[in-house]
Amino acid sequence: MEEESTGMGVEDNSKPYIYPDIELDKREGEAIEAARKLYKQPIADSDSWLEEEISRNILLTTVDALINWSRRSSIWPVNSGLACCAFEMIATAASRFDISRFGMEIFRPSPRQADLLIACGTLTWKMAPTYKRIYEQMAEPKWVIAMGACAISGGLFRRSYSVVPGINLIIPVDVYIPGCPPRPEALLHGIQQLQEKIRHYSIAKKKEQ
Amino acid sequence: MALALPATEISAKLEAQFPGSVVESSGNTIVIKPESTLQIASFLKNTPDFDFDYVSFITAVDYNTYFELVYYLISLKHNHTLTLKTRCTDRENPSVPSVNSLWKGADYQEREVYDLMGIRFEGHPNLKRILLWEGFQGYPLRKDFKPQ
Repeated sequence: MEEESTGMGVEDNSKPYIYPDIELDKREGEAIEAARKLYKQPIADSDSWLEEEISRNILLTTVDALINWSRRSSIWPVNSGLACCAFEMIATAASRFDISRFGMEIFRPSPRQADLLIACGTLTWKMAPTYKRIYEQMAEPKWVIAMGACAISGGLFRRSYSVVPGINLIIPVDVYIPGCPPRPEALLHGIQQLQEKIRHYSIAKKKEQ
Repeated sequence: MALALPATEISAKLEAQFPGSVVESSGNTIVIKPESTLQIASFLKNTPDFDFDYVSFITAVDYNTYFELVYYLISLKHNHTLTLKTRCTDRENPSVPSVNSLWKGADYQEREVYDLMGIRFEGHPNLKRILLWEGFQGYPLRKDFKPQ
């Protein structure tokens, strides 16, 4: 902080150290306002996997089967909880429901090591640029699960002043799990649906954004 | 359970100390004039009989014609409480004195009221938005706020 304020040429010794520079808040606010203007339309989910029968040939099918098997058997999620749905995700990860049965028990604290972003809860506009960045930091191939009513559509905060009405305005979503919050069984079912979806991917076709 | 002090007795003392500062008092609530907030708060904090050393919360209510600031004071030593209120009739540019110099815990509470209700606290060392972002239009807890 000390170096930064010197570098910017603004020295304000009247305020104690605990009050940071307003410039940080202004930069953050500009990013959020830009995001609010930019993200108006929902991002459509890629449906290229629906017509996989047309593009497949015998050689690719075998390679696809191997790659997709390995991908869907070890989907590592990002360790990120947005709101109260995160507790259901935590319960899913714990021994009673045991997400490791699906090869997913390794919750990665770094998005660069993860394949799956479980958007579990309400996304506020203040959080949106950060969340978009987390998604962009993940390496391809990557998938997103929208968990709960708030992540799907904004839920009961849809018309609020601070909530993103649907996480698909910010990032593309692969699987939607309704509920408020969804039970761990529902999350596990959604994960199985995602695995089913990955099973139909083909390396001949790139996943559309 | 903390004892809620009777407001009428305290308001009589306040009226003797600062004439014309109390608007009304009933039950456990004293309504004071905004310009005498700092004097009365300082008096309530520093008088040994009261010794209100802790402000539990500061919040604001929009009554359409005026804003009402609510201060909930607690004395940890005597284990008694008091609700202090002050009214702000100016809707365009509402402003009340900050009590941050008396209670450091008022810092974030006053910033929250400023952020969501748009009431300025004069003398606050760091009055800026705390929950919403810089550049947000309007004050969402006001009754006339319309979400976009």
